Amino acid sequence: MTVGVVDYHAGNLRSVETALRFLGVDFVLSEDPETLLKTDRLIFPGDGNAGAAMKVLGATGLGEAIRTFYASGRPVFGICLGCQIVLEGSEETPAACLGIVAGRAKLFPFARARGDRKSESAAVATTTAPALKVPHMGWNSVHPVRSDPLFSGIPDNASFYFVHSYYTEPAAEHVLCTTDYGITFPSGLRKDNLWAVQFHPEKSGEHGIRMVRNFLEVRI
Amino acid sequence: MLQKRVVVCLDVRDGKTTKGIRFKGNVDIGDPVEMAQSYYEQGVDELVFYDITASSEGRGIMLDVVERVAERIFIPFAVGGGIGSVADMRAVLLAGAEKVSVNSQAVQNPRIITEGAAQFGSQCIVLGMDAKSDPAMPSGYRVYINGGRTPTNLDALAWAQEAERLGAGEIVLNSIDADGTRDGYELTVTRLISENVGVPLVASGGAGKPEHLVDVFTKGRADAALVASMVHYGDFTLAQIKDALRSAAIPVRA
Repeated sequence: MTVGVVDYHAGNLRSVETALRFLGVDFVLSEDPETLLKTDRLIFPGDGNAGAAMKVLGATGLGEAIRTFYASGRPVFGICLGCQIVLEGSEETPAACLGIVAGRAKLFPFARARGDRKSESAAVATTTAPALKVPHMGWNSVHPVRSDPLFSGIPDNASFYFVHSYYTEPAAEHVLCTTDYGITFPSGLRKDNLWAVQFHPEKSGEHGIRMVRNFLEVRI
Repeated sequence: MLQKRVVVCLDVRDGKTTKGIRFKGNVDIGDPVEMAQSYYEQGVDELVFYDITASSEGRGIMLDVVERVAERIFIPFAVGGGIGSVADMRAVLLAGAEKVSVNSQAVQNPRIITEGAAQFGSQCIVLGMDAKSDPAMPSGYRVYINGGRTPTNLDALAWAQEAERLGAGEIVLNSIDADGTRDGYELTVTRLISENVGVPLVASGGAGKPEHLVDVFTKGRADAALVASMVHYGDFTLAQIKDALRSAAIPVRA
């Protein structure tokens, strides 16, 4: 079995590589749609801006390759930004996203503009800052809402590492797991042979590595 | 619920973890890769490596350390020390670090924050800052650079907010007054900055026992707390720290 990892220059892929190497699986990191379409399972990671990512995915044909791969019935695993752009759209960009799953990514409602306290002088600094910061960064609990092989051997409410400002809101029937941060939001989704999670399993210790292994072993 | 992070800090010189006694030199205390592995197995939430080597040769050794750490620990870790350009950032991130930390270099050239955030995303860019109590400053705290030796004209709160605006995704705040005392974090400055920036605040300097972390998460409102000596010398384990936090009803990762 060969695993394809989509390289579209969106963030650091090194952690996905090291996790796959640790698990001893054959993988190919590629930006070539043809190469990726020949693999058995596809991992679609990513950090950063949804609009910039969609631009690259459109220009390179990688977006179409991901859709084709999904349509072929082989397992696909989206991570972080990869979880958001399988949806139809995102508040982060006017551009259409991949549209594999109905729904959109939304900004956390309590997010504020970056540094918008800048105009206040230090002397009048307030102590009424919002209790919740954006990005949502750190370890948080993940609660599966249904039984799924991706969570095999992983306890309910295990912690995973998150870094994101937008959260996914897929159609209800595709919600795989939820997490609480001010609101309860879908932190993972599943549609047929597609799994996608908002957190970083490759940076989430033993449970995270187990999840990557679960994806590699999942049978459709 | 988002959990409070316990971050272990390792100072690395010529490929060895070292502990500085200010102005008195350093004592090597172990292999950073082995120590990282051990803390990972004990359940540390995140690691920070500070490269305190000045030479370019030392920098190569540091990148090797980063690569070996990335191969075996699967939690986020940051690397700081001597990062003065986007190329330096790229080298560290490609070696497997999740984040890079800039301190004096960002004071001297704030654009490095913006450029780094544009290239790699804000989540990768950590501002490290050393602050010392100073009644002459608007917030009551002044920023120092060069390992806390050189005062600047920057107000600590104003600089933290400016760094956020420039694109820093997290701030590590080290209190010069508390650093090395093991008497506890400086709670006033920690709370002041944490409550007035929109990005996570990692408190640093002064941790000597688990109760200090309880205080910095409750009274200090920190999002994460950095520890070094108290775990390096075996005085406390991560399990003891997390048990103390749990007893105080502070959410931590199991």
